[in-house]
Amino acid sequence: MSETAVEETDVVQRGALDLTLRRLRRDRASMMALGIIVCVILLAVLAPWIATLTGHSPIEQFRETGMTPAGIPVGPNAEFWLGTDQLGRDVLVRLAYGARISLLVGVLASLAASLVAIVVGLTAGYFGGLVDIILSRVIDLVMSVPFLLCALALVSALGPSILLSVAVIVFFSWAPMARVIRGQVISLSRQEFVQASRALGAGPLSIMVVDILPNLAVPIIVYTTMQIPSSIVFEATLSFLGMGIVPPTPSWGGMLADASSNSLYLIAWWMVFVPGLALLMTTLAFNILGDGLRDALDPKSSRMARNLKRQKKAASKP
Amino acid sequence: MIKFLLRRISFGVGVLLALSLFVFFLFFVAPGDPAAMIGGEKASETQLTQIRKNLGLDRPLPEQYVRFLGKAVTGDLGFSYRNQQPVTKIIMRRVPATLSLVIGAVVLWLAIGIPIGVMSARHPGTLRDRLGQAFILVGLSFPTFVLGMMALYCLYFLPRQAGFTLFPAGGYKAFTSDPLIWAWHLALPWMTLALTIAAVYARLTRGQMLEVMGEDYIRTARAKGATERTVVWKHGMRAALTPLVTQLGSDIALLLGGAIVIEQVFGLQGVGALAVQAVNNQDRPIIIGVVLLGGLFIVVANIIVDVLYVLLDPRVR
Repeated sequence: MSETAVEETDVVQRGALDLTLRRLRRDRASMMALGIIVCVILLAVLAPWIATLTGHSPIEQFRETGMTPAGIPVGPNAEFWLGTDQLGRDVLVRLAYGARISLLVGVLASLAASLVAIVVGLTAGYFGGLVDIILSRVIDLVMSVPFLLCALALVSALGPSILLSVAVIVFFSWAPMARVIRGQVISLSRQEFVQASRALGAGPLSIMVVDILPNLAVPIIVYTTMQIPSSIVFEATLSFLGMGIVPPTPSWGGMLADASSNSLYLIAWWMVFVPGLALLMTTLAFNILGDGLRDALDPKSSRMARNLKRQKKAASKP
Repeated sequence: MIKFLLRRISFGVGVLLALSLFVFFLFFVAPGDPAAMIGGEKASETQLTQIRKNLGLDRPLPEQYVRFLGKAVTGDLGFSYRNQQPVTKIIMRRVPATLSLVIGAVVLWLAIGIPIGVMSARHPGTLRDRLGQAFILVGLSFPTFVLGMMALYCLYFLPRQAGFTLFPAGGYKAFTSDPLIWAWHLALPWMTLALTIAAVYARLTRGQMLEVMGEDYIRTARAKGATERTVVWKHGMRAALTPLVTQLGSDIALLLGGAIVIEQVFGLQGVGALAVQAVNNQDRPIIIGVVLLGGLFIVVANIIVDVLYVLLDPRVR
């Protein structure tokens, strides 16, 4: 090809981040998921504004207007856009404030769980030997206890609080990711660039953080994203069982617990469908985004492999 | 094989020991005096001392733990703070409901998850694959209790309003009295618990089948004229099955967690519901008993899964 052709096409050099974002932007499902997540974040951020707009605080009980004379919550109407709950509180305002709890606990617990997993996985994988045996046993142990029962026992002994919820979620979530990272570190630390670094006099900490950790960016990002919906559901489950966020602070799990008590949701469907669908949409969005991120960050892994298999299959089936 | 089994069993014993230590010390450091809970508010100081002495609470902590462990091994987990009945007896009454729920759900989720995964993998990129993948995503994202409440609303309440009974509202009916009524009452809980976990298996089966169906021996099987059904289910599935069995082992804890929530939603009086009640009543012996029983269940189920694994995959032997 001539030189002029190259000049005309105007080749731009793109970095890894740029390429990833471009791939992600082309994925319609991921973009929709991102849109939903942005909506939930907006809902959480604008919660006080929604409260002033409607004139309802999240814990105020409107026994006159928000309930029928028989004491039954009213459905969606002009004053209460998404209806009221069993105490005559505004479901929309509580939903917005509940989004704060869900996002806060979900993101915080996922980041903390990832951090623990990275530290344990790196240490076990890099040092090997006795350290690895002990840490791997601990991982096996955490993965084979009845986690929800243990969480209930913990909360009943120490009393429910938001911090304890986060701690419980972290404690029972880090193990699978630590196991994956350990495996990756073991194979990475046998490679030449690690040996080269060691030959240049780098210490263990430097090798782990400077040489090995950047190579784990993809699984760490994908796992952390996928951990967020699990953490959100875990928190909602704890609150649903009355062991998470302490009422009257609104949380989606707590709202569902209110709906469930006395099977009230059978006559007030909005009490289960509003927080329930919010929870479903949020976890669905994070799961779709996690899938999309994995494909965008590491296009070899899934889509390419899929295409390869298809070709192979087509070849074997004339 | 024997050595492998012994190693697994000793790990299981380790898990149970760790769990017993965890619950024991958890409740030791927790605020609240057990003697006061048993004696009630009006108990005098001498009565409290007497209760403490009877329970051995005045002994040093390690001694208390060893005594607790020694009794637990023989199945004696003490008495409920609430009604002074033996913990083992209270829990055992609740076991049939939970066991029915859990076993039915496992069968159902394998019966749903594996065929969807196979269907999805056999037609990659087609509409069927997309439907399968949509099922996987929604199933993975649906919180169990939300699905359960929505199912109750749509499949119990709405038909009831329309004037006919499709499913009962919940509750547990003993298998021994009438198996049909038993299954009818458990149908919705089974489906709810199974659907959310079936997604995990559909995804795993899909990935495995995609891999296996590209192998040379599958081509060989096709070349020798085996029908597609034989190729997929006999040759393909056989190789894809082992990771599924491994997954089954690590999902038992998930299953128990799901059972607690499901029992709550459908009003099944099982072990999970007992745990929630005990937590609300601060009935510590019951909580300790349920945690240990849950641990035992997971350990035994994992050993069964390990044996299955060895039987299925001759390479491990």
